[in-house]
Amino acid sequence: MDIISSLLTEHYNATIVFFATALLGLSAGLIGCFLVLRKQALISDAVTHATLPGIGIGFLLSLHFGLNDGKYLPLLLLCSAITAYLGAAAVQFITNKTRLSPDTAIASVMSFFYGLGLLLLSIIQNIDAGNKAGLNSFLLGQVSGLRIDNLILLGAVSLFVVCAVVMNFKNLRLLCFDKNYANLLGLKVKTTENILLFLMILVICTGLKTVGLIMIIALLIIPAITARLWTERSELMAALAAFFGALSCIGGVYLSSALYDLPTGSTIVLFAFALFAVSLVIRIIRGADA
Amino acid sequence: MLDQFFIIDFPALVIVTLASILCALLGSFLVLTKQAVMIDAISHSVLPGIVVGVLLSGSFSILYVMAGALTSALIAVLLVYVFQHWGKIEQGAAIGAVFTAMFAFGVLLLETQVGSRIHLDTQHVLYGALELTYWANPFEWSSMPTQIKTLAVLLIITVVFLLAFFKELRLTTFDPTYARIMGYKTYLFQITLLVLISLVAVGCFEATGSILVIALFICPAAAARMLCDQMTSQLLLSMFIGLFCAVTGYLSSALLPMWLGFDMTVNSASVIALFSGIGLIIAIIASPKYGTFAK
Repeated sequence: MDIISSLLTEHYNATIVFFATALLGLSAGLIGCFLVLRKQALISDAVTHATLPGIGIGFLLSLHFGLNDGKYLPLLLLCSAITAYLGAAAVQFITNKTRLSPDTAIASVMSFFYGLGLLLLSIIQNIDAGNKAGLNSFLLGQVSGLRIDNLILLGAVSLFVVCAVVMNFKNLRLLCFDKNYANLLGLKVKTTENILLFLMILVICTGLKTVGLIMIIALLIIPAITARLWTERSELMAALAAFFGALSCIGGVYLSSALYDLPTGSTIVLFAFALFAVSLVIRIIRGADA
Repeated sequence: MLDQFFIIDFPALVIVTLASILCALLGSFLVLTKQAVMIDAISHSVLPGIVVGVLLSGSFSILYVMAGALTSALIAVLLVYVFQHWGKIEQGAAIGAVFTAMFAFGVLLLETQVGSRIHLDTQHVLYGALELTYWANPFEWSSMPTQIKTLAVLLIITVVFLLAFFKELRLTTFDPTYARIMGYKTYLFQITLLVLISLVAVGCFEATGSILVIALFICPAAAARMLCDQMTSQLLLSMFIGLFCAVTGYLSSALLPMWLGFDMTVNSASVIALFSGIGLIIAIIASPKYGTFAK
């Protein structure tokens, strides 16, 4: 009990940061697992960059309605989710309806939306109203700014993500391994695809403020491919990916706070990458034995 | 008014012109070989190399920065290859893991004590500072901004390379298997292209930021791909589209707010990225042969 009470009083902020980032890593790892299995990991790149114009629009809208000096979080998240969905839809449209390849679709959609977002942010910098400080934290993240309400939000989101994945697990797995068979079985492929997209956008938008735009891509991809190195079975891979995601966040936060004053987003990503590198070496050594 | 144009807008326009032509020429190869995400990966991966280059040289010396950036781009490509072949990881996921980790390492270097001793600002590298380049006297050769010199040298190298190996490049791009059977060393061309792309990415984004580079590499090339089938027309068309989007984009970012009566400066790199994207959208909708309404 002593430890718990000291965690809640002396290290109150650190405790919040630990739990909030761990929950984020858990849900990102879980969702990333399906993205990697579907060979669509880089879609998250386009979708993540597409949230930026939404943040600009959300800021302008909440400024217009006079909410919290322009930084009304629900509106910011809603708008960024909408533009993120538009980005994903644009990638799908270009891939399916034109002669351009998926990678071209991802790169062009990403740069277009990111350009739009930066333009909006640079216009916002010129406006003489609202509290603009901290808008840039969406790019590189700001862990130290986490408060109890962020923790509650992240907790609710990760609970929702875990429940949704567990409930739809069979469909999601079928989607990853054999789309045609899934179609034959009468599975609603389109619905399942949309559920996965929705969950991904949810994780990205809530994670933006915490670890930043580039780092959330890493949290979706790296734990999932680390898990892939350990197992072929999809249930185990999903569980391991969630575990590695949470572990990277805890390790990264610990490194940044305990050792030096390092930027947390970066240490989280580098911790995840180190886990991956170790797993790869172990796999190569074991593979050489067998 | 005219003086201001020559000192600020003229050098920026020269940079934009050179950058858009270079990016469109090399971007066509990325789009044709379905490797467009490579530029995304490279433009993020070079960050630690740039920081180390600046640290080693003690100032923003272009040779050190280029060497650092090239080293980290090659390390990134090597890592992607290792992950794909030894870890059996799909290419997209491998690229995503490598570029985010290298970018994180770059940010770490920039934001710690190491980074604060040098004069290099994260914002500058990410969003570019086209507005800040200036040419004290355009009629005087010696005061030419280094970015223009760098880009001009790169343009000469690229054009000479493309002209000298046009036939080989066309074959390795469209039919790599046949090219290998014919005895061409396809990997040599791929590596040379990759080195050129990394150098150009750094040369451009020192001036214009890392997103504009991706937009200029991919959007005009993709627009040209929507419009034509031949290698020569692909290269020429992407060059013109890129040039047009970049110049109109820069001019509207510099002039439109003033004409509309707003007293503000907008980031010109983002407007250029936006215009390149709009160019691609128009090509997708209106292409006579492959457009959405053509079928």
